[in-house]
Parts: sequence; structure tokens; C-alpha cells
Amino acid sequence: MLLALIRRFGQMIFVMFGISVLVFLIFFVTPGADPAARIAGRNASPETLEAVRKSFGFDQPVWVQYYTLMKKLFVTQDLTSFVNRGWKVVPAVIDTIPVTLSLVIGAAVLWVIFGLLVGLIAAATRGSWIDKSLMALGLIGCAMPVYWLGEVMNLITQSRYHDSWMFSWVPPLGYKPLTEDPKGWFLTLVIPWITLSILYIGLYGRVLRANLIEAMQEDYIRTARAKGLSETRIMLRHALRTSLISFVTLFGLDFGALVGGAALLTEVVFGLQGVGKLTYDALQNLDLPVIMTTVIYASFFVVLANALVDVVYILLDPRVRSA
Amino acid sequence: MSDAVASLRVSRGPWATALRRLSRDKAAMVCLAVFILIVIVSLLAPAYASWANTDPFRSTLDATVMIDGQEIPVMEQSTEGLGLGYTPIGPTWELGNYFLGADNQGRDVMARLLYGGRNSLLIAGASTVITILVATIIGLAAGFFGGVTDTILSRILDVLWAFPVYLLAISLSIVLIAHGIDLGLITLEAGSLWLPIFIIGIVYIPYIARPIRGQVLALRRSEFVLAAIGLGVPEHRILLRDILPNVSTTLIVFVPLMLAINMLTESALSFLSIGVQPPDASWGTIIQDGQGLLYTRPWVALAPGLAIALTVLVLNVLGDGLRDALDPRSKIRLGGD
Repeated sequence: MLLALIRRFGQMIFVMFGISVLVFLIFFVTPGADPAARIAGRNASPETLEAVRKSFGFDQPVWVQYYTLMKKLFVTQDLTSFVNRGWKVVPAVIDTIPVTLSLVIGAAVLWVIFGLLVGLIAAATRGSWIDKSLMALGLIGCAMPVYWLGEVMNLITQSRYHDSWMFSWVPPLGYKPLTEDPKGWFLTLVIPWITLSILYIGLYGRVLRANLIEAMQEDYIRTARAKGLSETRIMLRHALRTSLISFVTLFGLDFGALVGGAALLTEVVFGLQGVGKLTYDALQNLDLPVIMTTVIYASFFVVLANALVDVVYILLDPRVRSA
Repeated sequence: MSDAVASLRVSRGPWATALRRLSRDKAAMVCLAVFILIVIVSLLAPAYASWANTDPFRSTLDATVMIDGQEIPVMEQSTEGLGLGYTPIGPTWELGNYFLGADNQGRDVMARLLYGGRNSLLIAGASTVITILVATIIGLAAGFFGGVTDTILSRILDVLWAFPVYLLAISLSIVLIAHGIDLGLITLEAGSLWLPIFIIGIVYIPYIARPIRGQVLALRRSEFVLAAIGLGVPEHRILLRDILPNVSTTLIVFVPLMLAINMLTESALSFLSIGVQPPDASWGTIIQDGQGLLYTRPWVALAPGLAIALTVLVLNVLGDGLRDALDPRSKIRLGGD
């Protein structure tokens, strides 16, 4: 088991290194334009361009440039924006992390609970109208673009039905820190949590149902039936347990896609000042140092999260443990 | 199509069996029909624009529209506050006459929706071709040749796989969108539709290349391939005649799923203003245009979102149907966003 853990850790370090090289290549070496001009933003003055060149050492060999960038990102953390002169980017990104984590973790709790429920109910009532309608709803949930769903939610809760009893409790868009205003924190995040989790509830419900139905045909389920166990017990204690392994793997992969994708879009739509909104604002005024920082930090976080999920997986599945 | 099915029924080859199974899948056939309809309607965009006598790429703030015999300006003076702002007219529900209303530049939303659909479908389609082509080549090479080739390709795929798709796409887009790219042979101008096509085509390569590599690895050790190698059949012939046909069903199942995922990715990038560039439209850019009008003229944002959801929905059902038809036991799944 220790060997498997060490191997996974080594793989994680390699992938992080690979991503950092890839980001460096994309931002500094892509042909087409002077990287200094890209980093300085729109219509930069010659002085700014000169400052960018000096700051990133563009007259030096490529590997020195890579080293300089990594030092600025992780060691000295003094990467500055050239669009907003002198703005230190790394602390700004770190400040926004609690917002993104609040959004993602809350949504993950919702989608795991409801994904499990949908999958279990659909598998237990296989072939019935309940199963069919749950699966149809799941398909629709998977098909909607998350940012569009967020806009529809805003339209309903902020505008059209805001004055009705159903949604009068929804506060205006924005984020309230958990430590200062726990109630406000919760209320502002409820609608974003629901929006973000709908897609994954559909996805996880469908996958879990398929896994459960497959598991129900296995020999050990027949054995459990022969022992005279109740259907509920077979479903929850025997079938669900093996199906959960793929559920956990999926969770690791999607958690990554979420932090770097769907959560970014959800933050933009709901005006939550998280890593995603910061990235969005930087995209609007072509502020490349901000984007470099959010991309590196977010993808490192995702790689780390995936590695942690794999560790859980190693602990869960005895077959992987001995490998 | 029914004639083709009837004539193939005699031979009962694997393809004919699959086609027959697919044609019996009612949900998949309905979805196929809907998808074809969406494609046809989107391709009719120029015809619609000329019939409706509107230019969906030009601001027309001073245009007027006839409703019930009355002439009404497309941009109405706002009655709220100081009355300084303008609100575009809402849906008339009258085809050819601002059916879905106008956007904040007075352009016909219906005409833009059709043009946007054309671009969204084109980008989704072309990037799917790129992804599948490149992924197949990488998967075949890594799985068949093994050794150093496999190690290098697999490590690159590992990194790409772990890199969150949207972050990778954002990095590529932001670098390329303002200045374009010049690779000697290929030059892509800033704002060209080929930029989002290439970017989306690249980011999903590992999602297909990895399963293909796994299959090729297994096929490489199978007896019929070992026999072919033993007979001295040249490698390229083994790859094309023995291995490729065996992974082709997997590739076909991936097509509708990739189309759906690429369409969602394109719309998200366009929504973030790093996909399709104005004045061109795609369903994502129209949703972005509609964001500012969400509470006053919601249909500008609602209509393209419904179009995306419908298209992705039918593609997913079609993908499920294809998978069941080609291999009822396979378990291919892609994570969507």
C-alpha cells in the first residue's frame, strides 16, 4: 500500500511540473506575437513593455525565464499586473479562494446526496415511471449550460418571482464572508449551489443507476438473496458498496472539472468574487499575469484533489491496495 | 434508409446488425431526426435573413418595425428613471419580423440565433473531427509501438488529462485571441473561427486517446495480430486493416458525445468572450449579449440556451443509442460540464 501511495505522489509531482511547463510554453513561447506585448495588455506604452521585459527576463535563455516565472509565482509571490500597475496578483488570488471553496464544497454536498438518492430510487424502481422520469430529468440537467441555468435562476429569483413568497428571501447577488455573516453567507449561496449541483445530480444519478443495475446481476447479490436478506439491505449494503468505488473516482475527476470550469462560470453569473470571477475580469481586460496565476493555482489544486481522491480509492478498494 | 437496412439484413454483418438495432431504438431515431432538423434550420440562416430583410451583423439603432399596422422603433426610449436608456423591442412572435425581438444593438435575435447555430455546429463538428483524428493517431501509435513512443505520449496525455479543460482552453484562447498564431504553414488570424475550433479540438484529445491506447494495447497482444506480425505483414497494414477497424466502434460512439461536449465548451468560451469574436455570433455569444437585457428582454438569452440544451440533449440520447447498438456491453462515458 505504501508503494502505491508513493507512486501516486510521484505521479502528482510530475503532472504538476508538466502543467507548469505547459503554462509557461503557452504564455511565453507561443509564436504569433511578442510575449511582452501580450503580458502588458492592450495598447501598452513602450515603458511598460520595457518593464515587462525586465521583470520576466525576456533577454535571458528560456529555462531562466521559466525559473523566474516559477519563483515569482511560488517563492517571492510578487508577480504584478501591468494592466492595474503594481497590483500584486498572488495575494489577490489567494484572497478569493474561500469564496470558490464555499461554492464548490456546498454544491458537492448537494450533488452527492441527491445523486445517491436519484440513483438508488431509479435503480430500485427500475422500469417504472419514477425511474423513467428521473432519468429524463437527469438528461435534461446534463444538457443545460451551467451559466445559462444560472441566468434563468437569476431571472426567476431576482426579477420575475422575487416579490412572491417563494423567493423573497433571496438576497441580492454577491458574496458574504462566512465568518462575518453566516446567515447571509448561506442565503446568498443557496441558489448558486443548486444551480451548480443540478448538472452533477443528473450525471451521478444516471451513472450510479447503471452501476447498481449491473451490480445487481453479480453472483454475490444472488448469494445475498439466497441468504434471505431484504431487498433494501441488498441494495444498500451489497450493491451500493461496489458501485460507490466508481462514484468516488468520478467525484475526483469532476471536482477538477468543476473548480476549473463550471464553478468559474457560476461565479461570473452570480457575481461571487471567487477565483473564477477574478479570471473572468482578467479575461475582459487581457490581464495575463492574473490568468497565469489563477490557471496555475487552480490546476495545482485540482491535481492535488485528484491525488487525494486516489488515496481514498486505495484505502477503499483492497485490490488496488495490494497492487 | 429503410431500403439500405433491408438489403443489409441479408448479410447480417456487424455494421448491419448495429444499424438495425439503432433503427429500432425509437428515442435515438427521434433524436437523430431532431438533430438533422436543427442542422438544416441553422444552415438556412442566410435565407432567413434575406427573407426577413435584416442584417444580423450591423447595428440598426434607428430601424422601425411594423406591428399591427403601426410603425414602432426597434429601440424604445426607456420610460424608467431619467428616460435616457433604450430598450430593444421584445418578441413579436411573428416570423421574419423580429420574432424573438432585438438585442441591444437593434439586431434581429432570431436571425442571429440561426447564424449563431451555424457557427456553434460548425465549431463543434470541426473540433470533433480534429479531436478524434489526432487522438486516434496518438492512441494507435502509443498502444501499438509501445516502448519510448508510448512512454512519451502517455506522459504528455497524463499532463493534458490532469489540466482542467476550461483552464487549458482559457490559457490558449487568451494568448491567441488578440494576436492570432503564425506557425509557418498555418496562419490563423485573430478572431478567426479556426482558433476556437483548434483550441477545443486540442483540449479533449486525452479523453479519447487514453481509451483508444488501452484498446490497441489489448489488441496488440491478441492472437490475430500476433499471427499477422508472424506472417511478416507490414506494420502500417496491421494498423490500418487489423487494429483500426476494431477500435472504430469506440470512435463512432464518441462522435455524438464529443459533439455535445464541444458545443457546451464552445458556448462557455464564447460566453467568457474568448470564443467566437463579434460581430460573428454563436449561441454562447448571444447568451452573453442577452446578459445585460436579462430582466427586461429575457428571450435574448433564453432562446440560445434552449437551443444548446436541446441540441446537447438529442446528441446525448443519440450517443446512448449508438453505444447500445454497437456494443451493448461497453461502458464508455464522458464527463460533461
